[in-house]
Amino acid sequence: MSETNKRVLGVNIIGIPTEEEYWNCPGVPSEKRMLKGPVAVIECFQEIPCNVCEDACPFGAIKVGHPITNLPVLDEDKCKGCKLCIPICPGLAIFVVDLSREGEARISLPYEFLPVPSVGEEVDALDRWGRVVAKAKVVQVLYSEKFDKTYIITISVPKKYAFFVRSIKVRR
Amino acid sequence: MKDVYDVAIIGSGPAGLAAAIEVAKHGCKKAVILDENFRPGGQLFKQIHKFFGSKEQYAGIRGFVIGETLMNEAKDLGVEILLRTSVIGLFNSNYDVKTIGIYSHDKGVREIKAKRIIIATGARENVIAFPGWTLPGVMGAGAAQTLMNIYRVLPGERVLMIGSGNVGLIVTYQLLQAGAKVVGIVEAMPKVGGWGVHAAKILRMGVPIFLSHTIKEAIGKEYVEKAVIWEIDRNWKPIKGTEKVFEVDLICLAVGMIPNIELTRMAGCEHIYIKALGGWVPLHNMGMETTVKGVYVAGDVAGVEENSVAIEEGRLAGISCAEALGLIDSKEAVEYKETIWKRLDELRSGPFGEHRKKAKYLILQEYEKRMKT
Amino acid sequence: MMVKKMVKRIWNHPILGEFKPKKQIIFYLDNIEIKAYEGDSIASALWANNIKVFKYSEKYHEPRGLYCAIGLCNSCTMIVEGIPNVRTCIFPVKQGLHVKRSNGR
Repeated sequence: MSETNKRVLGVNIIGIPTEEEYWNCPGVPSEKRMLKGPVAVIECFQEIPCNVCEDACPFGAIKVGHPITNLPVLDEDKCKGCKLCIPICPGLAIFVVDLSREGEARISLPYEFLPVPSVGEEVDALDRWGRVVAKAKVVQVLYSEKFDKTYIITISVPKKYAFFVRSIKVRR
Repeated sequence: MKDVYDVAIIGSGPAGLAAAIEVAKHGCKKAVILDENFRPGGQLFKQIHKFFGSKEQYAGIRGFVIGETLMNEAKDLGVEILLRTSVIGLFNSNYDVKTIGIYSHDKGVREIKAKRIIIATGARENVIAFPGWTLPGVMGAGAAQTLMNIYRVLPGERVLMIGSGNVGLIVTYQLLQAGAKVVGIVEAMPKVGGWGVHAAKILRMGVPIFLSHTIKEAIGKEYVEKAVIWEIDRNWKPIKGTEKVFEVDLICLAVGMIPNIELTRMAGCEHIYIKALGGWVPLHNMGMETTVKGVYVAGDVAGVEENSVAIEEGRLAGISCAEALGLIDSKEAVEYKETIWKRLDELRSGPFGEHRKKAKYLILQEYEKRMKT
Repeated sequence: MMVKKMVKRIWNHPILGEFKPKKQIIFYLDNIEIKAYEGDSIASALWANNIKVFKYSEKYHEPRGLYCAIGLCNSCTMIVEGIPNVRTCIFPVKQGLHVKRSNGR
């Protein structure tokens, strides 16, 4: 139905990275690191003037420097996967991925819609094109006033969707 | 009754507020902001997303929170804010004391006087004409935002967005948050106009982006009921047979912004046409002063950019006024202006900012040329 | 997220929270009672009540309404308290206000 079914790719064309753009991005950690436990994935691929993530990490794992259009660089060893960077990104481009469990991927994402799902609820897991690719179970819902209305939702999906699922739809 | 102010600032958006704060911070007790809306804040109060930039421009904070912060700071510093007050004339703009004609619903037409004027009137939404474009239900993307976020009115239940620049992408996201369904975004270019992160946010919510498409017509009797879009080829010609029909009750146009330069023209300022900044923009120097002495500009009226730039340009205009009023010595003013220009250069770097950076330096150059003749 | 039928308000919003209007206001469009809230502009109140046609054009009698919502396009003008060409998008509602649609000029 939609022209984007042509699957045009490229961050500067459609906002969705090619595989090369993805793995070359300094904010994306190695798959090896994702297998060890939760780690931030900063899907910020373009030079835009913004450095909010730099100050948000309590472990100093994110560096932007000057000019502030630099892509954020993630130090995957310093990163503990604490998720505090997820709600502060104005572009909602930061996630935490944990591939340490057998057959399962845990993906933490920023959520700014109603209704807010509850822990244990089953939701639709959507890929970058908004297609429902799997059912996901909500394993954690984090919120604090400091997040300023952005919830951190952690879902569990089959491991093969680890690099595709970045949003959910609550089925109510 | 004629009042004489030190500084009159026209527009209470981020540029106007930042300018007022700067001037009042340095001791100016007679600053006034004039705005014809009954709610101040310009574009800020309808922005519910977190802003980009660095902490000097309140990055990471939602637009309306930044608006409240700036408003409160201006009020605490004693800046007078006159709402529902339209500026209808600028007279003797090249005199030491300028005359401003104002109109308000309750007090009618009056005159006020000010030694310095900062024009921060922002920009307005562009239109594209197509069959059915005048139907109610066809509105600017900013208007949909205003209805949703200021008045808590749902502008439509099924929406077609025209334009994939940052405004189109962000307003699409906000329409989803308000509970509307966006059937798609239409983009004439073969690529998205705005930032990748904004496109990614709405694509992953299932909103399709139709690249190389344009709107053919809006259909409806008394208001919008359907929209027809079609594909265009490399020569911008529509391709027959590629029509797609959507049932929608709202069509939003996010097709560019145009600086509101009526007052700068009235004041006699010189302008230059720069497409990258939205069209005709007033010439200005590093202190944001136009070719008319004592008249300054800041924000989108000086070139459509971003909130972060509007705040910094407002600060520049404010500092220049404070200097002209003798409230700050030249050395301190120059240092401060240079610090701000460094930040502006940074905000205008990268692939999305370079053309604006070049444009602004061209403005500074042209200003020097015109002032010499 | 609730949307009350026929009156298009956003009662609950993920960022703006719950809509808690302070005072209800009644004004009149062509002598028909319209419910609004303090803080509404005439234009926003009409839209909230699903009224989208603000006037008809002079020559071809085409419906016109809201375009920019911030006072810069003159698409939303109506006759307010007997005064023609008032930009309803920047005119706040008031109890008992009388608004009329113009037909042409």
